[in-house]
Amino acid sequence: MLGYMMRRLVILLLSLFIAAIVLFVLLRLLPGDPAGALVGVGATPEQIAAAQAQIGSDQPLGVQFITYLGDLARFDLGKSFVSRASVLDEISTRLSVTLPLALTAFALALLIAVPMGILAAVKSDRWSGLVLSVISQIGIAVPVFWLGILLVYEFALNLRWLPSGGFPLRGYADPGRAIESMVLPVLTIAIVMSASLMRYVRASMLEVLNSDFIRTARALGDSYTGALIRHGIRNAAVPVVAVLGIELSTTFLGAVVVEQVFSLPGMGSMLLLGIQQRDYPNIQGVLLVTTLLVLLTGFLADIIQRLLDPRLRHEARR
Amino acid sequence: MSTPVTTAPRRRRTNPIHWLGFVLVGVIVLAGLVSFVWTPYALSDMAGGRLEAPNWQHWAGTDRLGRDLFTQLMIGARIALVVGSGAVAIGAAIGITTGVLAAFATRFFDDALAALFDILIAFPTLLIAMLVVAAREEASLGTAILALGIGLSPVVGRVTRILTKRILSQDYITAARVSGTSWPAIVFWHILPNIAPFLGVNLALQFGLAVMAEASLSYLGLGAPPPNASWGRMLQEAQSTVYTAPWGAVLPGLALFTLVIGVNLLADGLRDRFDPTQRGA
Repeated sequence: MLGYMMRRLVILLLSLFIAAIVLFVLLRLLPGDPAGALVGVGATPEQIAAAQAQIGSDQPLGVQFITYLGDLARFDLGKSFVSRASVLDEISTRLSVTLPLALTAFALALLIAVPMGILAAVKSDRWSGLVLSVISQIGIAVPVFWLGILLVYEFALNLRWLPSGGFPLRGYADPGRAIESMVLPVLTIAIVMSASLMRYVRASMLEVLNSDFIRTARALGDSYTGALIRHGIRNAAVPVVAVLGIELSTTFLGAVVVEQVFSLPGMGSMLLLGIQQRDYPNIQGVLLVTTLLVLLTGFLADIIQRLLDPRLRHEARR
Repeated sequence: MSTPVTTAPRRRRTNPIHWLGFVLVGVIVLAGLVSFVWTPYALSDMAGGRLEAPNWQHWAGTDRLGRDLFTQLMIGARIALVVGSGAVAIGAAIGITTGVLAAFATRFFDDALAALFDILIAFPTLLIAMLVVAAREEASLGTAILALGIGLSPVVGRVTRILTKRILSQDYITAARVSGTSWPAIVFWHILPNIAPFLGVNLALQFGLAVMAEASLSYLGLGAPPPNASWGRMLQEAQSTVYTAPWGAVLPGLALFTLVIGVNLLADGLRDRFDPTQRGA
Protein backbone atom coordinates (compact mmCIF):
# COMPACT_ATOMS: atom_id res chain seq x y z
CA MET A 1 0.00 0.00 0.00
CA LEU A 2 2.82 2.39 0.89
CA GLY A 3 4.55 1.52 -2.36
CA TYR A 4 1.35 2.24 -4.25
CA MET A 5 0.98 5.58 -2.49
CA MET A 6 4.50 6.58 -3.39
CA ARG A 7 3.98 5.60 -7.01
CA ARG A 8 0.66 7.42 -7.09
CA LEU A 9 2.36 10.49 -5.59
CA VAL A 10 4.96 10.46 -8.36
CA ILE A 11 2.15 10.28 -10.92
CA LEU A 12 0.46 13.20 -9.15
CA LEU A 13 3.57 15.39 -9.33
CA LEU A 14 4.19 14.34 -12.92
CA SER A 15 0.62 15.23 -13.91
CA LEU A 16 0.97 18.61 -12.23
CA PHE A 17 4.17 19.23 -14.18
CA ILE A 18 2.48 18.26 -17.43
CA ALA A 19 -0.51 20.45 -16.58
CA ALA A 20 1.86 23.38 -15.96
CA ILE A 21 3.44 22.85 -19.39
CA VAL A 22 0.04 22.56 -21.07
CA LEU A 23 -1.09 25.79 -19.41
CA PHE A 24 2.07 27.59 -20.46
CA VAL A 25 1.57 26.55 -24.07
CA LEU A 26 -2.18 27.28 -24.01
CA LEU A 27 -1.79 30.80 -22.67
CA ARG A 28 0.91 31.58 -25.23
CA LEU A 29 -1.39 30.32 -27.98
CA LEU A 30 -3.97 32.95 -27.07
CA PRO A 31 -4.13 35.63 -29.75
CA GLY A 32 -2.37 38.89 -28.98
CA ASP A 33 0.56 39.64 -26.75
CA PRO A 34 -0.35 39.75 -23.04
CA ALA A 35 1.54 43.05 -23.01
CA GLY A 36 -1.21 44.44 -25.23
CA ALA A 37 -3.75 43.46 -22.60
CA LEU A 38 -1.57 45.07 -19.94
CA VAL A 39 -1.32 48.55 -21.49
CA GLY A 40 -4.75 48.55 -23.10
CA VAL A 41 -6.07 49.79 -26.44
CA GLY A 42 -4.41 52.80 -28.08
CA ALA A 43 -0.99 52.33 -26.51
CA THR A 44 2.08 53.56 -28.41
CA PRO A 45 4.61 50.98 -29.68
CA GLU A 46 7.07 52.27 -27.04
CA GLN A 47 4.57 51.61 -24.27
CA ILE A 48 3.94 48.10 -25.59
CA ALA A 49 7.69 47.44 -25.78
CA ALA A 50 8.11 48.69 -22.22
CA ALA A 51 5.27 46.46 -21.06
CA GLN A 52 6.81 43.49 -22.88
CA ALA A 53 10.12 44.10 -21.13
CA GLN A 54 8.32 44.41 -17.83
CA ILE A 55 6.51 41.04 -18.03
CA GLY A 56 9.25 39.36 -20.02
CA SER A 57 7.21 38.48 -23.10
CA ASP A 58 10.00 39.90 -25.31
CA GLN A 59 12.26 37.05 -24.21
CA PRO A 60 12.59 33.88 -26.31
CA LEU A 61 9.99 31.22 -25.44
CA GLY A 62 12.61 28.90 -23.91
CA VAL A 63 13.79 31.61 -21.50
CA GLN A 64 10.17 32.46 -20.66
CA PHE A 65 9.51 28.79 -19.92
CA ILE A 66 12.50 28.43 -17.58
CA THR A 67 11.51 31.62 -15.74
CA TYR A 68 7.95 30.31 -15.48
CA LEU A 69 9.05 26.97 -14.00
CA GLY A 70 11.44 28.73 -11.61
CA ASP A 71 8.64 30.99 -10.42
CA LEU A 72 6.35 28.03 -9.97
CA ALA A 73 8.95 26.17 -7.91
CA ARG A 74 9.06 29.19 -5.58
CA PHE A 75 5.23 29.31 -5.48
CA ASP A 76 5.38 32.66 -7.22
CA LEU A 77 2.34 33.01 -9.46
CA GLY A 78 3.15 36.57 -10.47
CA LYS A 79 1.12 39.76 -10.24
CA SER A 80 -2.25 40.58 -11.74
CA PHE A 81 -2.07 42.85 -14.81
CA VAL A 82 -5.08 44.78 -13.66
CA SER A 83 -4.84 45.18 -9.90
CA ARG A 84 -1.07 44.61 -9.60
CA ALA A 85 -1.85 42.41 -6.57
CA SER A 86 -0.03 39.14 -5.96
CA VAL A 87 -1.96 36.35 -7.66
CA LEU A 88 -1.23 33.90 -4.87
CA ASP A 89 -2.61 36.28 -2.20
CA GLU A 90 -5.71 36.89 -4.28
CA ILE A 91 -6.21 33.15 -4.74
CA SER A 92 -5.85 32.37 -1.05
CA THR A 93 -8.45 35.03 -0.19
CA ARG A 94 -10.82 33.62 -2.78
CA LEU A 95 -10.16 30.02 -1.80
CA SER A 96 -11.43 30.92 1.67
CA VAL A 97 -14.80 31.38 -0.03
CA THR A 98 -14.74 28.61 -2.65
CA LEU A 99 -13.28 25.80 -0.54
CA PRO A 100 -15.83 25.99 2.32
CA LEU A 101 -18.58 26.45 -0.27
CA ALA A 102 -17.57 23.39 -2.29
CA LEU A 103 -16.74 21.15 0.66
CA THR A 104 -19.89 21.94 2.66
CA ALA A 105 -22.07 21.48 -0.41
CA PHE A 106 -20.28 18.23 -1.17
CA ALA A 107 -20.77 16.91 2.38
CA LEU A 108 -24.43 17.89 2.34
CA ALA A 109 -24.91 16.26 -1.07
CA LEU A 110 -23.42 13.03 0.30
CA LEU A 111 -25.67 13.16 3.34
CA ILE A 112 -28.67 13.42 1.05
CA ALA A 113 -27.57 11.14 -1.78
CA VAL A 114 -26.21 8.09 0.07
CA PRO A 115 -29.29 7.23 2.17
CA MET A 116 -31.68 8.16 -0.65
CA GLY A 117 -29.69 6.20 -3.21
CA ILE A 118 -29.57 3.10 -1.00
CA LEU A 119 -33.28 3.44 -0.31
CA ALA A 120 -34.01 3.84 -4.02
CA ALA A 121 -32.08 0.62 -4.71
CA VAL A 122 -33.60 -1.41 -1.87
CA LYS A 123 -37.12 -0.28 -2.79
CA SER A 124 -36.46 -0.38 -6.54
CA ASP A 125 -39.56 -2.46 -7.24
CA ARG A 126 -41.82 -0.37 -5.02
CA TRP A 127 -43.45 2.94 -5.85
CA SER A 128 -41.30 4.70 -3.24
CA GLY A 129 -38.16 3.65 -5.11
CA LEU A 130 -39.70 4.88 -8.34
CA VAL A 131 -40.53 8.24 -6.79
CA LEU A 132 -36.93 8.62 -5.59
CA SER A 133 -35.64 7.80 -9.08
CA VAL A 134 -37.96 10.35 -10.63
CA ILE A 135 -36.78 12.98 -8.15
CA SER A 136 -33.19 12.31 -9.06
CA GLN A 137 -33.99 12.43 -12.80
CA ILE A 138 -35.60 15.82 -12.26
CA GLY A 139 -32.68 17.05 -10.16
CA ILE A 140 -30.16 16.11 -12.85
CA ALA A 141 -32.00 18.15 -15.47
CA VAL A 142 -32.36 21.30 -13.36
CA PRO A 143 -29.89 24.02 -14.43
CA VAL A 144 -27.89 24.97 -11.35
CA PHE A 145 -28.13 28.74 -11.89
CA TRP A 146 -31.89 28.52 -12.42
CA LEU A 147 -32.27 26.71 -9.10
CA GLY A 148 -30.09 29.41 -7.52
CA ILE A 149 -32.29 32.19 -8.90
CA LEU A 150 -35.48 30.42 -7.77
CA LEU A 151 -34.07 29.92 -4.25
CA VAL A 152 -33.11 33.60 -4.12
CA TYR A 153 -36.61 34.57 -5.25
CA GLU A 154 -38.27 32.47 -2.54
CA PHE A 155 -35.94 32.65 0.46
CA ALA A 156 -34.26 36.01 -0.03
CA LEU A 157 -36.84 38.17 -1.78
CA ASN A 158 -40.19 36.69 -0.72
CA LEU A 159 -39.53 35.33 2.75
CA ARG A 160 -36.53 37.59 3.43
CA TRP A 161 -34.85 34.92 5.53
CA LEU A 162 -31.45 35.10 3.89
CA PRO A 163 -29.37 37.57 1.87
CA SER A 164 -29.78 37.31 -1.91
CA GLY A 165 -26.08 37.38 -2.55
CA GLY A 166 -22.74 38.94 -1.77
CA PHE A 167 -20.25 38.20 0.97
CA PRO A 168 -19.39 40.44 3.95
CA LEU A 169 -16.43 42.69 3.17
CA ARG A 170 -14.76 41.72 6.41
CA GLY A 171 -15.17 38.04 5.49
CA TYR A 172 -15.14 35.58 8.35
CA ALA A 173 -14.47 38.37 10.87
CA ASP A 174 -18.21 38.76 10.52
CA PRO A 175 -19.11 35.09 11.04
CA GLY A 176 -22.90 35.44 11.28
CA ARG A 177 -23.26 37.21 7.96
CA ALA A 178 -20.58 35.10 6.30
CA ILE A 179 -22.46 31.92 7.15
CA GLU A 180 -25.81 33.45 6.21
CA SER A 181 -24.54 34.37 2.78
CA MET A 182 -23.28 30.82 2.24
CA VAL A 183 -26.55 29.00 3.01
CA LEU A 184 -28.30 29.45 -0.35
CA PRO A 185 -25.21 28.81 -2.52
CA VAL A 186 -24.44 25.64 -0.55
CA LEU A 187 -28.03 24.44 -0.88
CA THR A 188 -28.05 25.17 -4.61
CA ILE A 189 -24.94 23.09 -5.30
CA ALA A 190 -25.89 20.34 -2.85
CA ILE A 191 -29.37 19.78 -4.31
CA VAL A 192 -28.19 19.50 -7.92
CA MET A 193 -25.18 17.41 -7.00
CA SER A 194 -27.07 15.00 -4.75
CA ALA A 195 -29.41 14.20 -7.64
CA SER A 196 -26.62 12.87 -9.83
CA LEU A 197 -24.77 11.23 -6.91
CA MET A 198 -27.95 9.44 -5.93
CA ARG A 199 -28.08 7.88 -9.35
CA TYR A 200 -24.60 6.43 -8.95
CA VAL A 201 -25.29 5.19 -5.43
CA ARG A 202 -28.50 3.55 -6.60
CA ALA A 203 -26.91 1.86 -9.62
CA SER A 204 -23.95 0.62 -7.60
CA MET A 205 -26.17 -0.62 -4.80
CA LEU A 206 -28.52 -2.41 -7.20
CA GLU A 207 -25.60 -4.29 -8.69
CA VAL A 208 -24.41 -5.36 -5.26
CA LEU A 209 -27.90 -6.39 -4.16
CA ASN A 210 -28.17 -8.77 -7.11
CA SER A 211 -24.74 -10.25 -6.47
CA ASP A 212 -24.01 -13.79 -5.35
CA PHE A 213 -22.24 -12.82 -2.16
CA ILE A 214 -25.33 -11.13 -0.77
CA ARG A 215 -27.36 -14.24 -1.57
CA THR A 216 -24.73 -16.39 0.15
CA ALA A 217 -24.73 -14.15 3.21
CA ARG A 218 -28.50 -14.42 3.33
CA ALA A 219 -28.33 -18.20 2.96
CA LEU A 220 -25.85 -18.34 5.82
CA GLY A 221 -28.44 -16.72 8.03
CA ASP A 222 -27.74 -13.00 7.79
CA SER A 223 -30.81 -10.81 7.88
CA TYR A 224 -31.42 -8.65 4.81
CA THR A 225 -30.30 -5.46 6.55
CA GLY A 226 -27.40 -7.29 8.19
CA ALA A 227 -26.08 -8.56 4.86
CA LEU A 228 -26.56 -5.12 3.40
CA ILE A 229 -24.58 -3.39 6.12
CA ARG A 230 -21.83 -5.99 6.47
CA HIS A 231 -21.22 -6.76 2.81
CA GLY A 232 -23.33 -4.49 0.65
CA ILE A 233 -22.36 -0.95 1.51
CA ARG A 234 -18.62 -1.40 1.44
CA ASN A 235 -18.74 -3.11 -1.93
CA ALA A 236 -21.13 -0.58 -3.37
CA ALA A 237 -18.94 2.26 -2.12
CA VAL A 238 -15.95 1.42 -4.33
CA PRO A 239 -17.31 2.61 -7.70
CA VAL A 240 -19.11 5.48 -5.99
CA VAL A 241 -15.85 6.80 -4.51
CA ALA A 242 -14.35 6.86 -8.00
CA VAL A 243 -17.23 9.05 -9.16
CA LEU A 244 -17.01 11.21 -6.02
CA GLY A 245 -13.50 12.28 -6.99
CA ILE A 246 -14.72 13.59 -10.32
CA GLU A 247 -17.84 15.14 -8.77
CA LEU A 248 -15.82 17.03 -6.16
CA SER A 249 -13.49 18.51 -8.74
CA THR A 250 -16.51 19.42 -10.83
CA THR A 251 -17.79 21.31 -7.80
CA PHE A 252 -14.60 23.35 -7.43
CA LEU A 253 -14.89 24.40 -11.05
CA GLY A 254 -18.68 24.41 -11.29
CA ALA A 255 -18.72 26.94 -8.47
CA VAL A 256 -18.06 29.59 -11.13
CA VAL A 257 -21.72 29.68 -12.13
CA VAL A 258 -23.08 29.58 -8.59
CA GLU A 259 -20.65 32.27 -7.46
CA GLN A 260 -22.00 34.41 -10.28
CA VAL A 261 -25.62 33.87 -9.19
CA PHE A 262 -24.86 34.89 -5.61
CA SER A 263 -22.07 37.40 -6.42
CA LEU A 264 -19.62 35.54 -4.22
CA PRO A 265 -15.96 36.59 -4.46
CA GLY A 266 -14.56 33.09 -5.06
CA MET A 267 -12.19 31.36 -7.47
CA GLY A 268 -14.85 31.07 -10.16
CA SER A 269 -15.57 34.78 -10.28
CA MET A 270 -11.82 35.42 -10.28
CA LEU A 271 -11.48 33.23 -13.37
CA LEU A 272 -14.44 34.87 -15.09
CA LEU A 273 -13.09 38.35 -14.35
CA GLY A 274 -9.66 37.26 -15.54
CA ILE A 275 -11.15 36.05 -18.83
CA GLN A 276 -13.14 39.26 -19.30
CA GLN A 277 -10.13 41.48 -18.54
CA ARG A 278 -7.57 39.25 -20.31
CA ASP A 279 -5.68 39.15 -17.03
CA TYR A 280 -3.36 36.27 -17.97
CA PRO A 281 -1.52 35.87 -14.64
CA ASN A 282 -4.85 35.54 -12.82
CA ILE A 283 -6.23 33.03 -15.34
CA GLN A 284 -3.04 30.99 -15.16
CA GLY A 285 -2.98 31.08 -11.35
CA VAL A 286 -6.59 30.02 -10.94
CA LEU A 287 -6.16 27.18 -13.43
CA LEU A 288 -2.97 25.92 -11.80
CA VAL A 289 -4.47 25.88 -8.33
CA THR A 290 -7.66 24.29 -9.62
CA THR A 291 -5.66 21.63 -11.43
CA LEU A 292 -3.80 20.92 -8.22
CA LEU A 293 -7.12 20.53 -6.38
CA VAL A 294 -8.51 18.26 -9.10
CA LEU A 295 -5.40 16.07 -9.09
CA LEU A 296 -5.32 15.91 -5.28
CA THR A 297 -8.97 14.85 -5.25
CA GLY A 298 -8.25 12.10 -7.76
CA PHE A 299 -5.28 10.99 -5.67
CA LEU A 300 -7.40 10.77 -2.51
CA ALA A 301 -10.19 8.95 -4.35
CA ASP A 302 -7.72 6.34 -5.62
CA ILE A 303 -6.24 5.80 -2.15
CA ILE A 304 -9.67 5.50 -0.51
CA GLN A 305 -10.80 3.03 -3.17
CA ARG A 306 -7.82 0.81 -2.35
CA LEU A 307 -8.44 1.08 1.38
CA LEU A 308 -12.03 -0.06 0.76
CA ASP A 309 -11.28 -2.86 -1.67
CA PRO A 310 -8.44 -5.29 -0.98
CA ARG A 311 -8.74 -6.69 -4.52
CA LEU A 312 -7.54 -3.38 -5.94
CA ARG A 313 -4.58 -3.43 -3.55
CA HIS A 314 -3.47 -6.81 -4.84
CA GLU A 315 -3.95 -5.77 -8.40
CA ALA A 316 -1.68 -2.82 -7.73
CA ARG A 317 1.07 -5.06 -6.45
CA ARG A 318 1.19 -7.17 -9.57
CA MET B 1 -31.86 11.98 -33.09
CA SER B 2 -35.34 11.23 -34.35
CA THR B 3 -34.66 7.98 -36.21
CA PRO B 4 -34.20 5.59 -33.27
CA VAL B 5 -37.26 6.95 -31.57
CA THR B 6 -39.68 6.28 -34.36
CA THR B 7 -38.69 2.63 -34.47
CA ALA B 8 -37.94 2.04 -30.81
CA PRO B 9 -41.32 1.97 -29.09
CA ARG B 10 -43.07 -0.40 -31.51
CA ARG B 11 -41.42 -3.74 -30.88
CA ARG B 12 -41.34 -4.07 -27.14
CA ARG B 13 -43.58 -2.68 -24.49
CA THR B 14 -41.91 0.64 -23.88
CA ASN B 15 -41.87 2.47 -20.62
CA PRO B 16 -44.39 5.33 -21.00
CA ILE B 17 -41.85 7.62 -19.37
CA HIS B 18 -39.68 7.37 -22.50
CA TRP B 19 -42.64 8.55 -24.53
CA LEU B 20 -42.76 11.54 -22.25
CA GLY B 21 -39.17 12.27 -23.24
CA PHE B 22 -40.15 12.09 -26.90
CA VAL B 23 -43.02 14.53 -26.34
CA LEU B 24 -40.92 17.00 -24.31
CA VAL B 25 -38.13 17.09 -26.89
CA GLY B 26 -40.75 17.26 -29.64
CA VAL B 27 -42.32 20.40 -28.16
CA ILE B 28 -38.97 22.20 -28.03
CA VAL B 29 -37.94 21.03 -31.51
CA LEU B 30 -41.28 22.20 -32.88
CA ALA B 31 -40.89 25.62 -31.23
CA GLY B 32 -37.37 25.90 -32.64
CA LEU B 33 -38.48 24.93 -36.17
CA VAL B 34 -41.50 27.23 -36.18
CA SER B 35 -39.29 30.12 -35.05
CA PHE B 36 -37.61 30.03 -38.48
CA VAL B 37 -40.85 30.93 -40.25
CA TRP B 38 -42.96 32.60 -37.60
CA THR B 39 -42.65 34.27 -34.21
CA PRO B 40 -45.36 36.36 -32.52
CA TYR B 41 -43.19 39.50 -32.77
CA ALA B 42 -39.80 40.46 -34.18
CA LEU B 43 -36.99 39.75 -31.73
CA SER B 44 -36.09 43.41 -31.12
CA ASP B 45 -39.64 44.74 -31.42
CA MET B 46 -40.44 46.64 -28.21
CA ALA B 47 -44.12 45.92 -28.68
CA GLY B 48 -45.34 45.85 -25.10
CA GLY B 49 -44.97 47.70 -21.82
CA ARG B 50 -41.98 46.94 -19.64
CA LEU B 51 -42.08 43.71 -17.58
CA GLU B 52 -45.65 42.77 -18.49
CA ALA B 53 -47.03 39.60 -16.94
CA PRO B 54 -48.14 36.86 -19.36
CA ASN B 55 -51.30 38.00 -21.16
CA TRP B 56 -53.18 37.51 -24.46
CA GLN B 57 -50.83 39.80 -26.39
CA HIS B 58 -47.64 38.48 -24.83
CA TRP B 59 -48.05 34.82 -23.88
CA ALA B 60 -44.92 34.79 -21.73
CA GLY B 61 -44.91 38.47 -20.77
CA THR B 62 -42.30 41.02 -21.76
CA ASP B 63 -38.77 41.91 -20.66
CA ARG B 64 -37.31 45.14 -19.30
CA LEU B 65 -37.45 46.78 -22.72
CA GLY B 66 -40.98 45.57 -23.48
CA ARG B 67 -39.80 42.86 -25.91
CA ASP B 68 -41.95 39.76 -26.20
CA LEU B 69 -40.59 36.88 -24.09
CA PHE B 70 -42.42 34.14 -25.99
CA THR B 71 -40.59 35.21 -29.15
CA GLN B 72 -37.29 35.06 -27.26
CA LEU B 73 -38.15 31.62 -25.87
CA MET B 74 -38.82 30.32 -29.40
CA ILE B 75 -35.55 31.74 -30.75
CA GLY B 76 -33.87 30.35 -27.63
CA ALA B 77 -35.14 26.87 -28.51
CA ARG B 78 -33.61 27.22 -31.95
CA ILE B 79 -30.27 28.32 -30.48
CA ALA B 80 -30.22 25.56 -27.87
CA LEU B 81 -30.87 22.95 -30.58
CA VAL B 82 -28.34 24.40 -33.02
CA VAL B 83 -25.63 24.71 -30.38
CA GLY B 84 -26.44 21.29 -28.91
CA SER B 85 -26.34 19.48 -32.26
CA GLY B 86 -23.34 21.43 -33.49
CA ALA B 87 -21.37 20.76 -30.33
CA VAL B 88 -22.26 17.07 -30.35
CA ALA B 89 -21.26 16.83 -34.03
CA ILE B 90 -17.86 18.41 -33.35
CA GLY B 91 -17.38 16.45 -30.14
CA ALA B 92 -18.28 13.23 -31.95
CA ALA B 93 -15.97 13.97 -34.88
CA ILE B 94 -12.97 14.60 -32.59
CA GLY B 95 -13.89 12.04 -29.96
CA ILE B 96 -14.71 9.13 -32.26
CA THR B 97 -11.58 9.70 -34.37
CA THR B 98 -9.22 9.85 -31.40
CA GLY B 99 -11.06 7.06 -29.59
CA VAL B 100 -10.78 4.66 -32.53
CA LEU B 101 -7.16 5.68 -33.11
CA ALA B 102 -6.34 5.05 -29.45
CA ALA B 103 -7.90 1.59 -29.61
CA PHE B 104 -5.81 0.75 -32.69
CA ALA B 105 -2.59 2.42 -31.52
CA THR B 106 0.42 0.80 -29.91
CA ARG B 107 0.24 0.18 -26.19
CA PHE B 108 2.18 3.36 -25.43
CA PHE B 109 0.00 5.74 -27.44
CA ASP B 110 -3.13 4.01 -26.25
CA ASP B 111 -2.13 4.50 -22.62
CA ALA B 112 -1.11 8.09 -23.28
CA LEU B 113 -4.40 8.93 -25.00
CA ALA B 114 -6.41 7.15 -22.30
CA ALA B 115 -4.59 9.16 -19.63
CA LEU B 116 -5.20 12.35 -21.60
CA PHE B 117 -8.93 11.61 -21.83
CA ASP B 118 -9.05 10.98 -18.09
CA ILE B 119 -7.25 14.22 -17.25
CA LEU B 120 -9.44 16.25 -19.60
CA ILE B 121 -12.63 14.66 -18.28
CA ALA B 122 -11.72 15.84 -14.79
CA PHE B 123 -12.23 19.36 -16.13
CA PRO B 124 -15.88 20.12 -16.80
CA THR B 125 -16.94 20.87 -20.36
CA LEU B 126 -17.89 24.34 -19.21
CA LEU B 127 -14.36 25.20 -18.07
CA ILE B 128 -12.72 23.99 -21.27
CA ALA B 129 -15.35 25.90 -23.21
CA MET B 130 -14.66 29.06 -21.19
CA LEU B 131 -10.99 28.82 -22.13
CA VAL B 132 -11.73 28.32 -25.81
CA VAL B 133 -14.02 31.36 -25.71
CA ALA B 134 -11.27 33.31 -23.94
CA ALA B 135 -8.85 32.35 -26.69
CA ARG B 136 -11.06 33.81 -29.41
CA GLU B 137 -11.16 37.52 -30.00
CA GLU B 138 -14.92 37.84 -29.69
CA ALA B 139 -17.83 35.69 -28.61
CA SER B 140 -20.10 34.34 -31.35
CA LEU B 141 -22.48 31.45 -31.91
CA GLY B 142 -19.76 29.59 -33.80
CA THR B 143 -17.27 30.05 -30.98
CA ALA B 144 -19.74 28.69 -28.47
CA ILE B 145 -20.40 25.60 -30.62
CA LEU B 146 -16.70 24.99 -31.23
CA ALA B 147 -15.88 25.53 -27.55
CA LEU B 148 -18.52 23.11 -26.29
CA GLY B 149 -17.66 20.56 -28.98
CA ILE B 150 -14.03 20.57 -27.93
CA GLY B 151 -15.11 20.47 -24.30
CA LEU B 152 -17.13 17.28 -24.65
CA SER B 153 -14.84 15.45 -27.07
CA PRO B 154 -12.73 13.68 -24.36
CA VAL B 155 -15.84 11.97 -22.97
CA VAL B 156 -16.80 10.71 -26.42
CA GLY B 157 -13.19 9.69 -27.01
CA ARG B 158 -13.05 7.67 -23.85
CA VAL B 159 -16.31 5.85 -24.49
CA THR B 160 -15.37 5.18 -28.12
CA ARG B 161 -11.98 3.77 -27.09
CA ILE B 162 -13.51 1.36 -24.59
CA LEU B 163 -16.28 0.24 -26.96
CA THR B 164 -13.86 -0.19 -29.86
CA LYS B 165 -11.47 -2.27 -27.79
CA ARG B 166 -14.34 -4.54 -26.79
CA ILE B 167 -15.29 -5.07 -30.46
CA LEU B 168 -11.67 -5.55 -31.51
CA SER B 169 -11.35 -8.57 -29.24
CA GLN B 170 -14.22 -10.33 -31.01
CA ASP B 171 -13.63 -13.34 -33.26
CA TYR B 172 -15.34 -11.80 -36.26
CA ILE B 173 -12.71 -9.07 -36.34
CA THR B 174 -9.99 -11.70 -36.47
CA ALA B 175 -11.97 -13.45 -39.20
CA ALA B 176 -12.29 -10.24 -41.19
CA ARG B 177 -8.60 -9.56 -40.76
CA VAL B 178 -7.62 -13.07 -41.85
CA SER B 179 -9.83 -12.81 -44.91
CA GLY B 180 -7.87 -9.75 -45.95
CA THR B 181 -10.14 -6.87 -44.96
CA SER B 182 -8.14 -3.67 -44.49
CA TRP B 183 -8.20 -1.82 -41.18
CA PRO B 184 -10.16 1.19 -42.50
CA ALA B 185 -12.76 -1.20 -43.91
CA ILE B 186 -12.96 -2.96 -40.57
CA VAL B 187 -13.54 0.38 -38.86
CA PHE B 188 -16.34 1.34 -41.24
CA TRP B 189 -18.01 -2.04 -41.73
CA HIS B 190 -17.57 -3.71 -38.35
CA ILE B 191 -16.62 -1.29 -35.62
CA LEU B 192 -18.67 1.84 -36.23
CA PRO B 193 -21.97 0.01 -36.87
CA ASN B 194 -21.46 -2.12 -33.77
CA ILE B 195 -20.64 0.70 -31.39
CA ALA B 196 -23.24 3.05 -32.88
CA PRO B 197 -26.15 2.19 -30.54
CA PHE B 198 -24.11 2.59 -27.36
CA LEU B 199 -22.42 5.67 -28.68
CA GLY B 200 -25.82 7.06 -29.66
CA VAL B 201 -27.02 6.85 -26.07
CA ASN B 202 -23.89 8.59 -24.87
CA LEU B 203 -24.17 11.30 -27.52
CA ALA B 204 -27.79 11.93 -26.52
CA LEU B 205 -26.66 12.48 -22.92
CA GLN B 206 -23.85 14.72 -24.17
CA PHE B 207 -26.42 16.73 -26.11
CA GLY B 208 -28.24 17.48 -22.86
CA LEU B 209 -24.98 18.47 -21.20
CA ALA B 210 -24.01 20.70 -24.13
CA VAL B 211 -27.35 22.50 -24.02
CA MET B 212 -26.90 23.05 -20.29
CA ALA B 213 -23.31 24.24 -20.74
CA GLU B 214 -24.34 26.65 -23.52
CA ALA B 215 -26.90 28.17 -21.17
CA SER B 216 -24.21 28.49 -18.49
CA LEU B 217 -21.81 30.18 -20.93
CA SER B 218 -24.50 32.62 -21.99
CA TYR B 219 -25.48 33.19 -18.38
CA LEU B 220 -21.86 34.10 -17.63
CA GLY B 221 -21.85 36.47 -20.59
CA LEU B 222 -19.48 34.32 -22.65
CA GLY B 223 -22.06 32.89 -25.05
CA ALA B 224 -23.46 34.11 -28.33
CA PRO B 225 -23.85 37.92 -28.32
CA PRO B 226 -27.22 39.76 -28.20
CA PRO B 227 -29.16 39.21 -31.41
CA ASN B 228 -29.20 35.55 -30.33
CA ALA B 229 -31.73 35.10 -27.53
CA SER B 230 -30.19 32.23 -25.59
CA TRP B 231 -32.15 30.91 -22.61
CA GLY B 232 -29.05 31.41 -20.46
CA ARG B 233 -28.81 35.08 -21.36
CA MET B 234 -32.57 35.53 -20.79
CA LEU B 235 -32.06 34.14 -17.29
CA GLN B 236 -29.14 36.45 -16.66
CA GLU B 237 -31.17 39.46 -17.79
CA ALA B 238 -34.22 38.41 -15.78
CA GLN B 239 -32.29 37.82 -12.58
CA SER B 240 -32.13 41.50 -11.65
CA THR B 241 -35.89 41.91 -11.99
CA VAL B 242 -36.88 38.52 -10.58
CA TYR B 243 -38.79 40.08 -7.68
CA THR B 244 -41.11 42.21 -9.81
CA ALA B 245 -41.23 39.84 -12.81
CA PRO B 246 -40.59 36.26 -11.69
CA TRP B 247 -41.98 34.65 -14.88
CA GLY B 248 -39.09 36.11 -16.88
CA ALA B 249 -36.72 34.00 -14.78
CA VAL B 250 -38.98 30.97 -14.44
CA LEU B 251 -39.87 30.34 -18.10
CA PRO B 252 -36.41 30.17 -19.75
CA GLY B 253 -35.24 27.83 -17.00
CA LEU B 254 -38.34 25.71 -17.46
CA ALA B 255 -37.67 25.50 -21.20
CA LEU B 256 -34.09 24.44 -20.56
CA PHE B 257 -35.22 21.89 -17.99
CA THR B 258 -37.83 20.51 -20.41
CA LEU B 259 -35.29 19.96 -23.17
CA VAL B 260 -32.65 18.42 -20.91
CA ILE B 261 -34.96 16.04 -19.08
CA GLY B 262 -36.61 15.11 -22.37
CA VAL B 263 -33.27 14.23 -23.93
CA ASN B 264 -32.22 12.26 -20.83
CA LEU B 265 -35.45 10.24 -20.89
CA LEU B 266 -34.98 9.57 -24.60
CA ALA B 267 -31.44 8.39 -23.94
CA ASP B 268 -32.74 6.05 -21.24
CA GLY B 269 -35.26 4.70 -23.72
CA LEU B 270 -32.55 4.14 -26.33
CA ARG B 271 -30.39 2.35 -23.80
CA ASP B 272 -33.25 0.07 -22.78
CA ARG B 273 -33.77 -0.78 -26.40
CA PHE B 274 -30.16 -1.41 -27.36
CA ASP B 275 -28.61 -2.62 -24.15
CA PRO B 276 -30.90 -5.08 -22.36
CA THR B 277 -28.31 -5.71 -19.61
CA GLN B 278 -28.68 -2.13 -18.43
CA ARG B 279 -32.44 -2.20 -18.32
CA GLY B 280 -33.87 -0.51 -15.27
CA ALA B 281 -30.46 0.65 -14.05
